[in-house]
Amino acid sequence: MKKFLMATAASALMAGGAFADDVKIGIILGFTGPLESITPAMAAGAELAMKEVSDSGKFMGGSAVVPVRGDSTCIDAAAATSAAERLVTSDGVAGIMGADCSGVTGAILQNVARPNGIVMVSPSATSPGLSTAEDDGLFFRTAPSDARQGVIVTNILQDRGFKEIAITYTNNDYGKGLADAIQTEFEAAGGTVTIVSAHEDGKADYSAEVGALASAGGEVLVVAGYVDQGGSGVVRSALDTGAFDTFYFPDGMVGAKLNENFGAELNGSFGAYPGTDSTGAATFVGMAEGAGFDGTSAFAPESYDAAALIMMAMAKAGSTASADYKDHIMDLANAPGEQIFPGELGKALDLIAAGTEIDYVGATAVELVGAGESAGNYQEIEFADGVYSTIGYR
Amino acid sequence: MDLLNAFVALANFVLIPATAYGAQLALGALGVTLIYGILRFSNFAHGDTMAFGAMITVLFTWWFQSMGISFGPLPTALLALPFGILGCIGLVLLTDRVVYRFYRAQKAKPVILVIVSMGVMFVMNGLTRFIIGPDDQRFADGERFIVSVRSFKEMTGLSEGLAIRTTQGITVVTAIVVVAALFWFLNRTRTGKSMRAYSDNEDLALLSGINPERVVMVTWVIVATLATVAGVLYGLDKTFKPFVYFQLLLPIFAAAIVGGLGNPLGAIAGGFVIAFSEVTVTYAWKKVLVYALPEPLEPDGLVQLLSTDYKFAVSFVILLIVLIFKPTGLFKGQSV
Repeated sequence: MKKFLMATAASALMAGGAFADDVKIGIILGFTGPLESITPAMAAGAELAMKEVSDSGKFMGGSAVVPVRGDSTCIDAAAATSAAERLVTSDGVAGIMGADCSGVTGAILQNVARPNGIVMVSPSATSPGLSTAEDDGLFFRTAPSDARQGVIVTNILQDRGFKEIAITYTNNDYGKGLADAIQTEFEAAGGTVTIVSAHEDGKADYSAEVGALASAGGEVLVVAGYVDQGGSGVVRSALDTGAFDTFYFPDGMVGAKLNENFGAELNGSFGAYPGTDSTGAATFVGMAEGAGFDGTSAFAPESYDAAALIMMAMAKAGSTASADYKDHIMDLANAPGEQIFPGELGKALDLIAAGTEIDYVGATAVELVGAGESAGNYQEIEFADGVYSTIGYR
Repeated sequence: MDLLNAFVALANFVLIPATAYGAQLALGALGVTLIYGILRFSNFAHGDTMAFGAMITVLFTWWFQSMGISFGPLPTALLALPFGILGCIGLVLLTDRVVYRFYRAQKAKPVILVIVSMGVMFVMNGLTRFIIGPDDQRFADGERFIVSVRSFKEMTGLSEGLAIRTTQGITVVTAIVVVAALFWFLNRTRTGKSMRAYSDNEDLALLSGINPERVVMVTWVIVATLATVAGVLYGLDKTFKPFVYFQLLLPIFAAAIVGGLGNPLGAIAGGFVIAFSEVTVTYAWKKVLVYALPEPLEPDGLVQLLSTDYKFAVSFVILLIVLIFKPTGLFKGQSV
């Protein structure tokens, strides 16, 4: 054991010596655990950005960027913290692209990132709680907070002149969080929420739930559920009993199944789900294909953007110290400046070196708001003639 | 004050759905109670027997639909129902032959049979999922509504609408026909009387020359028929999904126990008690009360006793109360 430790220490030292000019960036994702099916594509997305920057030869006087992976497990905060600790203290990463799940992200932020002063950019943590967490300006995310959807829903409903809504949600963290966000936002905007009631997934009969919703009344029923689960059951029952004829569908409810199950009965109903018309998304999918992974996989483009933002900020600050570059991330992600799409990181480095302002658009049309989180892009849909179609972007 | 609208709203959201649900529970509870009365154990496999019978019916319905056979405004599933019943009878007789007969010969205690029926439940559950898959299946066709909200409003000019789905109508009518036939059979025919004798006192019945294997077989045939009818009606009215039938087991048992296990009349009453209490206790009465009460008394709140999250808890509270104060159920059944 002792020999092994010595050997490890020696090789670590040698490795440190050999790549003195390289910049290390940690990739902490749940390579094991509930998200293990999507994290390989997320890591590949981040590494694609790093390779692009390294290959350009224009980063920090020609340094390469070396990814170092760590396993967040998604659910085990202790394991995630020790993985992050290892990356920061023994690998000496200059920034962290991660973590993935909201719980472990919060744990790493408080236990590792803040004590060591390391910047973290998460591609996929969506808990509203992270918006208000103490972060010393070190934490950013390229995914929108769930609270953001509450704002989107409120805006869409207000634009259409609806003042009174009823909300039903699927009884889990997602449904409850979303329902709370919608209620808070809608009431803050002066609307009335007549009832917020839960439904269980996987039941066959929702007449009691719909009875309560109908009694409370409202112009629109917001169904914060899943299209292939209880959400559709509630809609079916509400339509049959004539309780509601206009519905709002958040992200979990928008799917081809709606057309199939209800068709013309939903004419006039509307909703929104994540999506962007930015050309960056398509470019990224093409690049991912070339690199051998699926660019449409969930949060893969967000991961590319997270890694790219860290490196752009380093270039802008001319330093890899988190304290120096953390203040540049917001400026780079937002207008004004020349728009940067995926595959243009080399050009971006040139522009930064020349002192030109850039607006990093990336694969997901990144726009950071509030405490450094993505504003999120939603496409608004509406039913007409029995099918839904996108009518605009928000 | 507008009593007419109040009644229509009540009927639309409480009376009609609860009646249909109650009829489905009653049919299920009848099967459970017959097994308990005659074979003397709680059959946990009943929910999955319903699922299996309904599955065979669904498969036949699809076959008929693909051949272009339909039943006019009524669902094609009604035509396929006899085949589903036959398939289900085949399965339960096979189960009895392979599993239950062995334990009957051992004179196994009821609690052992209960555990055995749990094993049977898992096997049937797996079989159904294996054949048709765990997802929702749509097999309802024909007219969807007897009275739709829009046509009711046009007809009456009331501001509240009323909908009666075809499947709800069929459920109630079929339930009445099946229950009437069952009671006629139990009270008027020789086989029915021998079943009741066997249920009342096994030893005495055997002494008087009743063939026990025949009684058991007839019981299974009736139970399979009831289960398939209940399963198909539930699937038509709501949705066919194997797991849903497994969950239905709890309200069905609650209904059978509340009514008095082993008592067919009790099973029917229990089914409606459970269904109506689930719906009324969690219903928000605001709409009805706003119509029914004079303006100064109109409520501002929802007037909802319990949130709908607690729907299933309601049947168990009733079950507990009945077991504490009247252990044999509302109608005199056997004590549990």
